[in-house]
Amino acid sequence: MSAQPGIVPAQLRSLPWRVLLLIVSITGFGLVILYSAAGGSLSPWAASQGTKFAVFLGIALAMSRVPVEIWKAIAWPGYAAVLVMLFIVELFGFVGGGSQRWLDLGFIRLQPSELMKLMIVLALAKFYDQLPAGEIRGWNALWPTGLAILVPFVLVLLQPDLGTAIMIALGGIVIVFLAGVPLRLFFAAGGLVAAAMPVAWAFMHEYQRNRVLIFLNPESDPLGTGYHITQSKIAIGSGGIFGKGFLQGSQSHLDYLPEPQTDFIFATMAEEWGLLGGLFIIGAFLMLFRWGMRVSSRAPTRFGRLTAAGLTATIFFYVAINLMMVMGLAPVVGIPLPLVSHGGTAMLTVMLCIGILMSIEREGRVRRSGFE
Amino acid sequence: MKLDRLLGKRSLSEAQVQMSFTRRGFVLGAAQIGLCGVLAGRMAWISIVDNERYQLLAESNRVNLSLIPPRRGWIVDRKGKPLALNRTVFRVDIIPDRLRDKEATLDTLVKLLGLPPEERQRIADDITGSSGFQPVQVAENLDWERYAALSVRAQDLPGVIPAQGFARYYPDGAAVGQLLGYVGAASAEDYQKTKDPLTITPGYKVGKAGVEKIKQEMLKGTPGARRSEVTARGKLVRELETRPDRPGDTLQMTIDAGLQAYAARRLGDNSGAVTVIDTATGAILALASMPSFDPNAFTDGIGRAEWGRLRGDERLPLVNKTLQSLYPPGSTLKPVAALALLRAGIDPDETVNCGGGYRLGNRTFRCLGRHGPMNMTRAIARSCNTYFYAMGRRIGYDAIAEMARGLGLGAEYALPASSQRYGTIPDSAWKQRKYKQRWSDSDTLNATIGQGYVLVSPFQLAVMSSRIASGRALVPHLIGRPPAAAHLASSDEHLAIVRQGMKEVVSFNGTAGRSQLPFPDIAMGGKTGTAQVRKIDGAQRGQSGAWKYRDHGLFVCFAPTDSPRYAASVVIEHGLGGARAAAPVAKDVLTYLFDPAKAMETLVAMEAGWGGDIATRMARQAQGAVAAPAVEAGDAAPETPR
Repeated sequence: MSAQPGIVPAQLRSLPWRVLLLIVSITGFGLVILYSAAGGSLSPWAASQGTKFAVFLGIALAMSRVPVEIWKAIAWPGYAAVLVMLFIVELFGFVGGGSQRWLDLGFIRLQPSELMKLMIVLALAKFYDQLPAGEIRGWNALWPTGLAILVPFVLVLLQPDLGTAIMIALGGIVIVFLAGVPLRLFFAAGGLVAAAMPVAWAFMHEYQRNRVLIFLNPESDPLGTGYHITQSKIAIGSGGIFGKGFLQGSQSHLDYLPEPQTDFIFATMAEEWGLLGGLFIIGAFLMLFRWGMRVSSRAPTRFGRLTAAGLTATIFFYVAINLMMVMGLAPVVGIPLPLVSHGGTAMLTVMLCIGILMSIEREGRVRRSGFE
Repeated sequence: MKLDRLLGKRSLSEAQVQMSFTRRGFVLGAAQIGLCGVLAGRMAWISIVDNERYQLLAESNRVNLSLIPPRRGWIVDRKGKPLALNRTVFRVDIIPDRLRDKEATLDTLVKLLGLPPEERQRIADDITGSSGFQPVQVAENLDWERYAALSVRAQDLPGVIPAQGFARYYPDGAAVGQLLGYVGAASAEDYQKTKDPLTITPGYKVGKAGVEKIKQEMLKGTPGARRSEVTARGKLVRELETRPDRPGDTLQMTIDAGLQAYAARRLGDNSGAVTVIDTATGAILALASMPSFDPNAFTDGIGRAEWGRLRGDERLPLVNKTLQSLYPPGSTLKPVAALALLRAGIDPDETVNCGGGYRLGNRTFRCLGRHGPMNMTRAIARSCNTYFYAMGRRIGYDAIAEMARGLGLGAEYALPASSQRYGTIPDSAWKQRKYKQRWSDSDTLNATIGQGYVLVSPFQLAVMSSRIASGRALVPHLIGRPPAAAHLASSDEHLAIVRQGMKEVVSFNGTAGRSQLPFPDIAMGGKTGTAQVRKIDGAQRGQSGAWKYRDHGLFVCFAPTDSPRYAASVVIEHGLGGARAAAPVAKDVLTYLFDPAKAMETLVAMEAGWGGDIATRMARQAQGAVAAPAVEAGDAAPETPR
C-alpha cells in the first residue's frame, strides 16, 4: 500500500492520517460542544479554541519531522530548565504572597508544571535508555529517578496543584515501571503510600481536604463544594442514551453546571449527546491510546519505546482523571479533558506529546522501510 | 548488601529487558482498555439506570414553581352589595438571594418609595429572617406613579420585583371593622403549623378576626401556580405555564350594608353599639359598634403607633361592643319583668301607687319620680320602678329570670364572631352557687329593674326585643337561614299588653316621647334604660362628672308597633340616659329602614356638625388632633372632653 506511486505526493502520504483523523474529530466534537456551551455562539470559546488547535496542529506536524535523536538530546537540559522555572514560579508565589502557577514571558503565559508532565517522561526515558541493562535491578536505577520525580512533584504540590502533581508523579512512575524495575518495589511503594496517607492529610490545604471529603460523600454538601459533582452527575444522568439534543442542555445553559466549558465539558456534552456522545469520546481516546502503545512497541530504540509509552500514558491520565472526576469517581482536582476542554495549556501539552509520538512513529516507519 | 537483596539483584540481558518491557507495555495497554471500559460502564449506569432520577433532578433545577395567591371570596350583604371585595394593587417584593447589595438596594427603595425608617428596619429584619429564595414584601398598595418609577429602575436592582396583586377592600371601612374583622399576612406560627408554602407567599392574606377569620376556609380559594424556567442564579428565562388561581367562594350575610353603614355613622363620636334584627326571620341586619377601626388599614399591615393607639383607647375600638361588652340592662328589662308578671297571673290593670320609692325593711328603693297610681302599661311607659319593685317582689325574681332566658338574655349564639360574652341572668340557685348566699329581697328589687347582678350584651337586648315583637323564639343569624322559630311561652294576649306599654314609651307621655318616628302611619315601640356604672352616694347618680363614671344609655325598640318588622337595641356608653342618648339614635336607624333618604338628610346635617364622616374624623384623629368630644345629637348640653 505504501508503495503506491503517484497521485498524492509522498510528503502527504507519509503523514500519519489515522491519528490526525482521530485528534481532529475529537477536537471538532469539542468545538461543537463549546459552541453549544456558549449558548450557540462561536465566541468566546469555540473560535479561539479552533484557532489554537490549528496552530498547535502545525507545531505537532513540524515536530513529527524532527529526528528522535533531537528529543533525546534535549531531554535532560529541558528537564533542568523546566525545574528551574518551577523554582522561579514558587519564588514569585512566595514573594507575591499567593499561589502562582505561571510565568509571564510577555507573549505567552508559560505554566512550567504543564511542561514538566512532558519533560519528566523524556528525562526518565533517556535515563533508562542510557542505563546498561545489567544495572536495571540495581540501586543506581532507582535513586536518580526517585529524586527526579519527587522534586517537581513537591514543587507543584506546593503551588498548590494536586492534580498536576499527581499526573507528573504518575508519568514518571509509568516509565520506571516499563523500564523493568522489580515489581515488588511497586507493591512496597504502594504500601508506603497507603501508610503515608494520614501524613499527606496533615499537609493538605483546607480546600483540598474538603474536596476529598466531599468526593467521598457529595450529597453531604449539595450547595457547596459537592455542588460540582452533584450537578455534573445530574447533567450526565439526565442526558440518557441519546441526550437532550444539540443546544438543548438545561444544566449547562442555565448555569447549574459549573465551568461547563473547561473541567466539566464532558458533562455538558453528555447532557446534549447522551451516552452515545460519551462512548464516541471514550472510544476515540481509546483508539488514540492504542495507536500510542503501538508506536511504542514498534519503536526501534529503547528511548523511543519508553517515551512513546510514557507520553501515551500522560494523555491517558488526563482523560481518565477528568472523566472519573465528572462521573463522581474521583475528587475534583481540576484536570481538563484534553483537546475538548477550552484552554490552551492542556491542549499544548497534549499536542506536543502527539508531535513527539508522530516523530517516533515516523522513525520506526523509516527504519522498517529501510530508506530515507 | 541488604538493599541489593531487596532489589533481587540479578543481572539482566538486553533481551530480557526488552521482554520485560513488552510484557509490562501489554499490562499498561490492558489497564487503559480496562479503565476506559469502567468509565463507559459508569456512564451507562448513570445515564440509563439512574436516568429517571437525574432527569427529575435536572427538571427541578430548571423549573421554578411559584404560587399565585388566590383572590379571596367576596363578602356580600343581603342584597348582594359587596361588604368586602378585592382591589388590584401594585406591590414590590424582594427576593433576598438575588440581592447584590442589600444596603444600597434598600436605600434606593426608601428613596424611590418614600418609606419611613421603621419600614426599612422591618424589611431588613424580614430579609435576615427569611429563607432566602422566598420573597419578602417591601411595600403594597403603591400608587401608580411610585410603582412606575420603581418599575423603570427595577432592571438595575437585582432581587427587587415589582408585581401586581390583589388587596382586600372594605367599601364601608370602619363601619364593618368589628363585624368582618380584617385580613393580614399569615404569621410565622401559621407556617410552622401547616408548612403550607402559600402562607409565606407575599400577597397572601388570612382572616385575622371576625367573619374573615371564622370563614377563612370558605373565603380563601385555591392558589394558582406559575412554572418558570430559571437559571442557577435565579434569573427568569421564560414562563412555561400558568395555572390561574380559583377565587374563594362568595359569602352572603344577612347584613344590610346601607343600614350597617348608617348605624355606624349615626353613632358619631359616641362609644356605643347598634343591633338591628329582622323580626320576620331573625336575620341580623346591622351589628355596628363604635368607635371602630378601618379594616382597610390592616390589609397591608398596620403600623405600631396606630396599633398602640387602638389598643390604648379607653373607648375600645378593637372590641365589638354588640357582642363583647356587658352592661346592666337597667329599665330595658322591665318588659321582660312585665311578661313574667302576666305569666305569674298578675292582673295588668292592678295599680301600685308610686310615692317616689319602695320601702323594704328600713331601706327605701328610690323611683325616678312620684308617678302616683300605676298599672302595668303605664308603669312601662313611665318606667316606674316602684310598680316593678312591688310586683317583682310578689312573684320572686326566679320567675323573671326564667322569662329573661326564654327571651334570649344570658345566652350565647352561633355567630361567626371571634368571641362573645353571654353575661349573667342571676337567680337564687346562681347566687347560692357563686357566693354561697341566699337570694334576698333586695336582690330581687335590684334585678327586677335590671341592676345588681344582671349583665347582658347589647346584642342580647336586640334579640329580646325581636322576640317580644314577633312573639316567637327567633334565632338570630348572620349567615344562612335557621328553621322557623317556635312560639314563645307567653301568650299573644300577654305580649300585646307589653307591646302596648312599649308603644306608650314612645308617645307624648312616655319616657322616649321625643323619639317618635317621623311618619304619621308608622309607630315605634321601645323601652329606655339607664345603667349605673358605679354606685354613687347622694343625688349625683352618675349624671355628671368624669365621662367614664357616667351612666350608660340604653334603648330597645321595634317598629311598626301594629305589625313589627324590625327590632333593635342601642347602647350608648356613658350616654347619661336611654331616652336622652340611645333613643334618638334608634329613631334615626329605624327611620332609615323605612325612608333612607329622609334618615340620610338628618345624618348629613349632624355629620357636618361633627366635622365630617367617620373616615375624615378618624384620619384627623390619627394625625394627633385632639380627640373630638362626644357630641350628643339632640341634646344641647356640650360635654367637656375627658
